[in-house]
Amino acid sequence: MDLLNLFDLSVLDSTVRFTTPLLLACLAGLFSERAGIFDIGLEGKMLFAAFFSAAVAALTGSVWLGLLAGIFASLLLSALHGIASITFRGNQLISGVAINFLAAGLTVLIAQDWFQQGGRTPSLLSGGRFESLTLPFATALREVPLFGPIYHDLISGHSILVYVAFAAVPVSWWILYRTRFGLRLRAVGENPAAVDTAGISVTQLRFAAVAICGLLCGLAGAYLATGQQAGFVKDMTAGRGYIALAALIFAKWRPWHALSATILFGYLQAIALRPDLIEAAFNFKVQVQLLDALPYILTVVILAGFVGKAIPPRAGGEPYVKER
Amino acid sequence: MGKIPAWADMVLIPLISLILAGLLSALVILAIGESPIEAVKLMITGALGSSYGWGYTLYYATNFMFTGLAVSVAFHARLFNIGGEGQAMLGGLGVALACLYIPWPHWSLALLGAVIAGAAFGGLWALMPAYLQAKRGSHIVITTIMFNFIAAAFLNYLLVNVLRPQGSMDPATARFPDATQLPTLHDVLAPFGISFSKAAPANISLLVAMLACVLVWVLIWRTRLGYEIRAFGHSDSAAKYAGINPVKITLIVMLISGGLAGLMATNNVMGEAERLMLNATEGAGFIGIAVALMGRSHPLGVFLAAILFGFLYQGGAELALWTKIPRELIVVIQALVILFTGALDNMVRMPLERLFVRLGKGAV
Repeated sequence: MDLLNLFDLSVLDSTVRFTTPLLLACLAGLFSERAGIFDIGLEGKMLFAAFFSAAVAALTGSVWLGLLAGIFASLLLSALHGIASITFRGNQLISGVAINFLAAGLTVLIAQDWFQQGGRTPSLLSGGRFESLTLPFATALREVPLFGPIYHDLISGHSILVYVAFAAVPVSWWILYRTRFGLRLRAVGENPAAVDTAGISVTQLRFAAVAICGLLCGLAGAYLATGQQAGFVKDMTAGRGYIALAALIFAKWRPWHALSATILFGYLQAIALRPDLIEAAFNFKVQVQLLDALPYILTVVILAGFVGKAIPPRAGGEPYVKER
Repeated sequence: MGKIPAWADMVLIPLISLILAGLLSALVILAIGESPIEAVKLMITGALGSSYGWGYTLYYATNFMFTGLAVSVAFHARLFNIGGEGQAMLGGLGVALACLYIPWPHWSLALLGAVIAGAAFGGLWALMPAYLQAKRGSHIVITTIMFNFIAAAFLNYLLVNVLRPQGSMDPATARFPDATQLPTLHDVLAPFGISFSKAAPANISLLVAMLACVLVWVLIWRTRLGYEIRAFGHSDSAAKYAGINPVKITLIVMLISGGLAGLMATNNVMGEAERLMLNATEGAGFIGIAVALMGRSHPLGVFLAAILFGFLYQGGAELALWTKIPRELIVVIQALVILFTGALDNMVRMPLERLFVRLGKGAV
């Protein structure tokens, strides 16, 4: 009976909230890495977007302008990553590391300059945040047994970005596997020379992929600062970009698997906040630190091949040099 | 290739990259509404104007030498060890255990023990990612990132639940016994009649770091193993044909790299804090990446770059104290250095190559 408590509605509800930024960032990484551009700068892009969305929302009072600013900021860093790793054929990993530090430093620097609140933005008031939506009939159907509470408490009552994130999964799948652009994008991550031979620009495709990555990271960051929380605080991404990378490996670079992987990691984050439930279920104390580290440990286990081999896109990390 | 003289590759390109990073940082300072020139003056007096300032600069530089060397050694085998942070944390654990549980009669023996323990813990922490890279082909960058987080959680657990002395609220170990206290630079320099600040944390592990620089140089350029490492880094397939075992090289290189990162603990844990605290590494593992890139993976370059970053660190702390420029400015500078010397290397290199080609033609 206590075991069931591990999946009570409040835990599942926070699982949804924790999953959203992970899912968006994971799909962001998926597009980039499927096109052959490694991106360990997801963390930095999310952080940058989180700050600018919260800052602009605080200054203008409009969450939508905030969202645009967040996406724009994330796209800027994407452009930097693209210039470094596509145009100048630099090391994609080093570029990603640089972007993470750039975001970590600049956000605090600018926040301090603009708001003088020790590297945070002011708390966002109602117009500056994404409100939770009540889906149609949620209140009316609440009394229906089983379905009612699930619909009312779990599915309804999230901010719009949550629904965007979950809708992004089928959309990503459709783009990648059912469109010409998606086919080319996957091809450019496996064998860019073949794509080039077919007369399609490798550079353009890769820049497009990096831009999609920036867009999704922008949504993820904006959700953190204006949906999940009310404002930006220093280092608020707290490693989520890396967990998203872990989820990406877990998912073996596939959209639907990205959904299940991020739900798993989101659940781990949610349950880490309720050690009392775990204790009641298993009759012993589970260390919080173990739960914190579990996504990383699971990823290492996956990488070790105990659960099946994760093979990244073949041309990943390699700058493309046109043959002469 | 070969369009550019070796000295330009070693000196000019890092210098230009540094100037670019500096210019952008100056713009950032201007945007905050402070004067970059005043800021530089303040940094110089704060970091180099007194033996107290130097003591901090050299203390930070010692950390960065170890982590910079760690990244450099891995770079020579074309492995990107981003896990210096976690390896340094585990090194701290090794040093703390050695200091707490072995009754050392004298600091010199304690230092020797700490060197062995720190290097062993740091090296072993790097071994698992190395094994996964060598045997499973899983990317070392990803695994070392994961191991950073696992190390942080592991240390958090140990400090909160196991190593914390009874009755203490602080997640930290007990203070190390007095016999393990390392002499500071004040103690080292006093016999030579040089007076050095007593309060500054720079200590004898600076000499350990300098010795490590020399040993890494010997290893990479004067030993058979170093030759194998460099050959493997240039072309792993060629190295394989030459009979070099890639699994062995990957494991050994990461063991050395992690060991060097672990050695950092002789400075920050044993030399300064004299107990193991949460987040003792303070990001020094990541600064090692900037230091190694800036220093072109050469021990002398790493030595100089580490002192530069020590200066930036201490100078940045002074700035945060006296102006409204936050400490995070250093993180931005660090990011810009990594960006220009690492990722945008070609942006600096390509025009320079063209320039040298033109100069070459002019001379002929």
